[in-house]
Amino acid sequence: MANNAALDSRQSAPDWSGCEIKSDCATRAKANYPAAAESIARSDDLIPRTVTSFFCADRVRNAIMPFGNTHNNFKMNFSSDEEFPDLTKHNNHMAKVLTKEMYAKLRDKQTPSGYTLDDVIQTGVDNPGHPFIMTVGCVAGDEETYEVFKDLLDPIISDRHSGYKATDKHRTDLNFENLKGGDLDPEYVLSSRVRTGRSIKGYTLPPHNSRGERRAVEDLSVQALASLDGEFKGKYYPLKSMTDKEQEQLIEDHFLFDKPVSPLLIAAGMARDWPDGRGIWHNEDKTFLVWVNEEDHLRVISMQKGGNMKEVFRRFCVGLQKIEEIFKKNNHGFMWNEHLGYVLTCPSNLGTGLRGGVHVKLPKLSTHAKFEEILTRLRLQKRGTGGVDTASVGGIFDISNTDRLGSSEVEQVQAVVDGVKLMVEMEKKLEKGESIDSMIPAQK
Amino acid sequence: MPFGNTHNQLKMNYSAEQEYPDLSKHNNHMAKVLTQEMYESLRDKETPSGFTLDDVIQTGVDNPGHPFIMTVGCVAGDEETYEVFKDMLDPIIEDRHGGYKPTDKHKTDLNPDNLQGGDDLDPDYVLSSRVRTGRSIRGFCLPPHCSRGERRGIEKLSIESLSALEGDLNGKYYALKDMTDEEQQQLIDDHFLFDKPVSPLLLASGMGRDWPDGRGIWHNDNKTFLVWVNEEDHLRVISMQKGGNMKEVFHRFCTGLTQIESLFKDKGHEFMWNEHLGYVLTCPSNLGTGLRGGVHVKLPNLSKHEKFGEVLKRLRLQKRGTGGVDTAAVGGVFDISNADRLGFSEVELVQMVVDGVKLLVEMEKHLEKGQSIDDLMPDHK
Repeated sequence: MANNAALDSRQSAPDWSGCEIKSDCATRAKANYPAAAESIARSDDLIPRTVTSFFCADRVRNAIMPFGNTHNNFKMNFSSDEEFPDLTKHNNHMAKVLTKEMYAKLRDKQTPSGYTLDDVIQTGVDNPGHPFIMTVGCVAGDEETYEVFKDLLDPIISDRHSGYKATDKHRTDLNFENLKGGDLDPEYVLSSRVRTGRSIKGYTLPPHNSRGERRAVEDLSVQALASLDGEFKGKYYPLKSMTDKEQEQLIEDHFLFDKPVSPLLIAAGMARDWPDGRGIWHNEDKTFLVWVNEEDHLRVISMQKGGNMKEVFRRFCVGLQKIEEIFKKNNHGFMWNEHLGYVLTCPSNLGTGLRGGVHVKLPKLSTHAKFEEILTRLRLQKRGTGGVDTASVGGIFDISNTDRLGSSEVEQVQAVVDGVKLMVEMEKKLEKGESIDSMIPAQK
Repeated sequence: MPFGNTHNQLKMNYSAEQEYPDLSKHNNHMAKVLTQEMYESLRDKETPSGFTLDDVIQTGVDNPGHPFIMTVGCVAGDEETYEVFKDMLDPIIEDRHGGYKPTDKHKTDLNPDNLQGGDDLDPDYVLSSRVRTGRSIRGFCLPPHCSRGERRGIEKLSIESLSALEGDLNGKYYALKDMTDEEQQQLIDDHFLFDKPVSPLLLASGMGRDWPDGRGIWHNDNKTFLVWVNEEDHLRVISMQKGGNMKEVFHRFCTGLTQIESLFKDKGHEFMWNEHLGYVLTCPSNLGTGLRGGVHVKLPNLSKHEKFGEVLKRLRLQKRGTGGVDTAAVGGVFDISNADRLGFSEVELVQMVVDGVKLLVEMEKHLEKGQSIDDLMPDHK
């Protein structure tokens, strides 16, 4: 069934001339892979794939891009038309952008770790739309996804992130002192929270990673977190060895993340091997929390009851930077670049990956005709108190920043702080039967 | 063959131990068989279409166990899976199929005239009779692995072939993605419609991808012969009707299946079959005949009898709820079907159902009259 045309179109043979250890490789290969040994010794252009196991792996891997993803190459037997997904009933960012022409152009590509176009879009094909939110419909399997598939992802990023251009630069600002104000009325603001995600360079992402990679990410994380002290001293609870008691406590604290049930996540392959390699770390005060290997390598969360967002953000910035230092020391920085900021699994979380928000009582404002308009102008969004896929209960809303990319962490949390302050003022006015017309903000 | 599976190669950077799944809490056939040593020896292999060991076992890793049944915990992505990964699949097949050895040969017998009796199961007890099997089309990858292009290719071939059936088998195809609400409701009322898989067993193995693209249901005008396209297998072929006339159900089953097979052959496509494994299907549990022949039968007294389980076992039958494999029984009505798939022919398996159910109904009648069933106990088949 192999497509001979595909075989013939491989790149020319890699150059062995710079390799000082070729004979060593051949010797090592001989023991287990005699055919490979001969091949290396002859400097054939037929590079045996088993060679990637040896220590020149990086150089060889770069040379062996002619190695396809067998399954992806198999699909080349079918025309682009035959393989193009039916997106007629779909309403997500991917479906808006992916034309047949684009599919034809990108379908034979893959990232160095073997992630293909169909892998990127599978979740969007399987999930035509969502009742509450406009979903992205694609995920990254590794850092290079955003480069190899930029023709698809750049327009999606632009559409999702308010016109962010392929040439734009993103700013990172994790200096909590730059936040002004941030101590909100606890009568209305029940809790405050800031979360972000981080990906560890050199590993593939949750839709794609193997058990070995996931466990390595877990090991690194556990080591890094174990070295935190002071207000950040804490403990790691791996999901697979959690006791019933620990589990109940974590549920009560609203810390426990469960096996994904969202079809968006499942279709992207993020639930594989559950609960292997997953866990939750939190500090003793229960105000700083890290999820390992859920939707991203790390999700970092700072939270507390009441409205002191300033404190929450301080702890967030300090903790995050301590963690980053430790990872850097072990030669594993976070995925970041000056165009996309922090690189995460879902394109919607690029940039800061930051969602800062509050649970706030707005029973009157939320039923006001202008509620949505106000949120839009403040660059805020509402969710139910159960998180992204839920509806609100009892007039209490989760209000958070809409933006992720193109503005800094400080700017985004500032938008939350200023916006929520205003909305609480409006709520109070409405309680007294007064109009809020004069308070409607201009578009930020 | 120098084409590697890039992602699988990347995993070779990690040791077998680092990649080996944690199966300590697992109870399925795969977990019983897959040692770290076996994982190590198979992990760098792949089939010609790129299906790897991790692909085969993913469903078993993600689903540690099932409350009602001992699951297989692995699937095939193509015909070659059973060859490339035979070191793991042969012991699983042996364990699942009553000791079937790698050297054993399987017999196929789709001659309905060879079935004795079966036309007289008491319709006061036997509410409905049904025979199903699956078929895979050689040259295409299987549902866990196939691309949209392949799946559509299978659908197209199936529609063409089925549209050539005539007489009692004249029928119509309903593509899942174009179905009107009315058509959908009718198919639900007829108990024909298959839904997007919700079973985590199927989802974890990738069979829900691209739903409902390329999936559909064909049935004859009489609603007694039905083909599912691209659900868990390329084709599922079902013959069914109310009442206890299993002979007629089986006759239609064999005739229809044979006609479909020859229509596919006319187009240059045969079914996956070999003399060791019989018909090759997605789940190793369906190898051989892929046949499940059964009835919905009222056994309120017998089902509460302490020997019920033992009787079924001796008759080589199994019970399920009336909703199918993942359900429990309702109102004393059970789905009773053959337990075997491989190592027995189609005729032999349906014969067991016919003979076994006849006996079970006798027993039920005895118990109704307050009589003992001790002297009715069968020997082990």
